[in-house]
Amino acid sequence: MAFVITPEAPLAAWLDALRAQSTKAPGFFAGRPVIVDCAMLKPDSEGVATLLTDLEAIGLGVIDVENAADIPGADPWKRPLTGGRQTGLVEIKPREAPKPGVATSAPAGGAPGLIVEDNVRSGQSIVFPQGDVTILGSVSSGAEVLAGGSIHIYGALRGRALAGAQGFAKARIFCRKLEAELVSIDGFYQTAEDMDAALRGGAAHIWLESGRIMISAQR
Amino acid sequence: MSKVLVVTSGKGGVGKTTSTAAIGAALAQSGEKVVVVDFDVGLRNLDLVMGAERRVVFDLINVIQGDAKLHQALIRDKRIETLSILPASQTRDKDALTTDGVAKVIAELREKFDWVICDSPAGIERGPAMAMHHADIAIVVTNPEVSSVRDSDRIIGLLDSKTERAMRGERVEKHLLITRYDPARAARGDMLKVEDVLDILSIPLLGIIPESQEVLKASNIGVPVTLNNPETAPARAYQDAVRRLRGETVPMSIPQERRSFVERLFGRRVA
Repeated sequence: MAFVITPEAPLAAWLDALRAQSTKAPGFFAGRPVIVDCAMLKPDSEGVATLLTDLEAIGLGVIDVENAADIPGADPWKRPLTGGRQTGLVEIKPREAPKPGVATSAPAGGAPGLIVEDNVRSGQSIVFPQGDVTILGSVSSGAEVLAGGSIHIYGALRGRALAGAQGFAKARIFCRKLEAELVSIDGFYQTAEDMDAALRGGAAHIWLESGRIMISAQR
Repeated sequence: MSKVLVVTSGKGGVGKTTSTAAIGAALAQSGEKVVVVDFDVGLRNLDLVMGAERRVVFDLINVIQGDAKLHQALIRDKRIETLSILPASQTRDKDALTTDGVAKVIAELREKFDWVICDSPAGIERGPAMAMHHADIAIVVTNPEVSSVRDSDRIIGLLDSKTERAMRGERVEKHLLITRYDPARAARGDMLKVEDVLDILSIPLLGIIPESQEVLKASNIGVPVTLNNPETAPARAYQDAVRRLRGETVPMSIPQERRSFVERLFGRRVA
């Protein structure tokens, strides 16, 4: 999915608003291709010359510029796809867990994982957008774990687990005992109501496949 | 070495005050010097359950604000010499519990008593936070039902993060007291099982107090259940809990439904 953004003059104010938005939701544009529609801009508007470098400085991965015949430095479809993640060939195997050995860590190379030695109690939340979270205890009902990468829970998952929270669809969730209120990967979620009752109470492996939360029992 | 113990739960109506009175009385009976402190400012109850309501002159807030000396506010129990109560104020609210004031009172109580037992109000706001702040040991009172268990879980999280000990990087010793356990409902599967509660909360079990009319009766006449009728099932369960608290090993038994042979013979069909 790509975003199409339409910059407006005055560009300085528009960029400030975008910066504020990006600070509020740091993962919003992360890794997403962005197309800049210049229909609202004139070639001589102030700041047009530096627009693309400014957008990249904010962290947007611009792949294309549209309606920009007169805008300097904007060659349609000439920009490289940088900042993308290495995904390789997508292997689709319905109703079967992905093979072990596939990278599940967050894209930020060498990002440290977070290890929580205790239970995460009701009302507590663990937020770690930088990478994987490992919980040695249980996650209680009413507790929440949010990770940029995958989530590993050695006890029971009774609360919420939100993996790949910064837009990382390959994140996964593992737990010894699935009694979750809600699981989410890359913004796609599933509540307890929608989970297969047969899977509840057992060890589980949760991943995302073409926008659907998949859960399989683990021995 | 004196110990500060908080009786807490998160949820209201689970039996904190009853348990505070019963445990305080049983501890004092074994010869320890005990004070029970009511932190439920604005909704004080402990004085009633202890039968001291007609002798309240000064209270915890008066002491915190310097209007009275600690010894003026302490009420000595008439039945057990080593037991005292520090009542809460009924006319004030929890904002009157200042951090420094509470710290000073607790420090002074530590010098006078072996056990300082703080009866926490329900909730997770200022009152409970102040009651648990200085605790060395916590008794988490839980009923075997989901809402109570989740609230207790929340409280355990706070005990591990917001108390003085937690801030020093130490741990508050935590014990689980399951109250209002109804063997008949447990047998029917209408209640959470003890092992499920333990699995969720994962703190050591101090005791299981059966649901009983005796508890209600004792509360109404202002006598801790452990003093009122020491031979009843809840009184025995509290006594066992206190022995465990003092470090003794006492085998744990889950209360069973006691029915006569005839009842067992016809019970199911008649019902």
